[in-house]
Amino acid sequence: MRVYADNAATTAVSETSLAAMLPCFREYYGNPSSLHTVGQEAAERLSLARQTFARYLHCNPAEITFTSGGSEADNQALLSAAALGERKGKKHIISTQFEHHAILHTLNKLRKNGFEVTLLDIPKSGVITAQQVKDAIRPDTCLVTIMFANNEIGTIQPIPEIGKICREAGVPFHTDAVQAAGHLPIDVQAMDIGMLSLSAHKFHGPKGVGVLYVRKGSVPLVNVIEGGAQERGKRAGTENIPGIVGAAAAFKEACEHMAENAEKVSRLRDKLIAELTKIPHSILNGEQERRLPGNVNLCFEGIEGESLLLLLDQQGVEASSGSACTSGSLDPSHVLLALGLPHEVAHGSLRLSLCEYNTEEEIDHIIAVLPGIISYLREMSPVWDELENGQREHVI
Amino acid sequence: MLYSEKVMDHFQNPRNVGKMDDADGVGEVGNAKCGDIMRMYIKVDHDTQTITDVKFNTFGCGSAIATSSMATEMIKGKPISEALSLSNQAVVEALDGLPAHKIHCSVLAEQAVKAAVKDYYDKNNISYGKELQVCDHDCAHCAGE
Ligand SMILES: Cc1ncc(COP(=O)(O)O)c(C=O)c1O
Repeated sequence: MRVYADNAATTAVSETSLAAMLPCFREYYGNPSSLHTVGQEAAERLSLARQTFARYLHCNPAEITFTSGGSEADNQALLSAAALGERKGKKHIISTQFEHHAILHTLNKLRKNGFEVTLLDIPKSGVITAQQVKDAIRPDTCLVTIMFANNEIGTIQPIPEIGKICREAGVPFHTDAVQAAGHLPIDVQAMDIGMLSLSAHKFHGPKGVGVLYVRKGSVPLVNVIEGGAQERGKRAGTENIPGIVGAAAAFKEACEHMAENAEKVSRLRDKLIAELTKIPHSILNGEQERRLPGNVNLCFEGIEGESLLLLLDQQGVEASSGSACTSGSLDPSHVLLALGLPHEVAHGSLRLSLCEYNTEEEIDHIIAVLPGIISYLREMSPVWDELENGQREHVI
Repeated sequence: MLYSEKVMDHFQNPRNVGKMDDADGVGEVGNAKCGDIMRMYIKVDHDTQTITDVKFNTFGCGSAIATSSMATEMIKGKPISEALSLSNQAVVEALDGLPAHKIHCSVLAEQAVKAAVKDYYDKNNISYGKELQVCDHDCAHCAGE
């Protein structure tokens, strides 16, 4: 049995999304900037896709910019808000310790350009408080950027409360909703969201397609890619029509089936959490309540994540880990460290991220194979040996 | 694939894995903070100065386990002098290569062997040179930075 449990990394394209894309390759293949028939057929589909995103995000189609993915949308949002701030002499930005690198690395770039960045601490729950944001806002704050839901531990942030605080303080608010879009209800108006990034491949759309929403009249977009006048001149390059059409079809499908998918997936998630936390010296990272329907993130003491992933893969289970070995750096995941986990525990993390395509049988398979793999690796581990001998203290 | 077939074989079927209660020398290198610890046990024939048995315990990624396993195979039954000349490069070659960011695992394996021999020498009052001063438990050091 092969079980794909890495849906936070990316998802399979849905039948609906694929069916919407296929005619764009050989029937409606025109350039939307062309005046002839086939070009205008493509332009029509581009416009419909924009309307779809606008409808489900509760905004105006003119507020939607298509990008090459979540990373580009994040970069453009931050650079644009920073440019506006700079013009107003405001160079302070508020974010969190556990943002995606698309945010954190852009913030590092801004730091080098003289911006001051406050990264809020992450409580053990994995959910920051709106009060933390409120306390950090200063007269020179030009941007608050807080992710909607965390990509590693799945915890959902109090976005409407943060949005309200930012609106009252007159500070632009951006949220990286890459993990939330298509999985949680989003209403940019009701939630006071000024800017939002999403990415199609996290909800059964194609890779390489993102959306940046920016409320009209708030932050003027600064180009990341210069060139032609596509996307109102704010994002050059012939539009990826198949991708954008596939993204819209996937988003519509995800939003229309959101409640039923969430119910099914969170039931599978809760079963995994209940069973896997029975493994001694394991812990669920981040609280269970305010959590993406598909996210399970655990640490197992005494083992290292990469070897766990390889053995799981051998048993047909495809998952991910925040260990240093899988990140290609010396440090384990910055998200787990931000939660206050010691390095050696963070190395032993496992993320299982589910979607509505997963079945009960697949969950049972994971529950059947994982405890044996953990015992096997612990048996081989000098760290576990020390924990068992009392030469090292259990942390979890 | 990230790893060669040899690496996967030694990871999935590690040779000489386990503890040794009556070891003549035990060496431990690495640091849990960095995500790799190797502990190597050796049994030595005092007359011939030969390593008659080896066992290892490793906390770490696939290549850490595979390099430990390969290193034990390469020194088992060998004179100590030969075991001490085992280079990390030889371990990497025997495994048909490692990804660049995993080379530090082979360095750890080489050092685990040296640490076990050093422990044996210490316990038996045998003198040795400073080439046996091993890992300073600094992550960047092991990663070859
Ligand atoms: C929270 C978050 N932000 C941004 C991204 C980047 O999105 P993309 O891969 O579409 O560039 C991801 C996906 O890896 C993510 O999980």
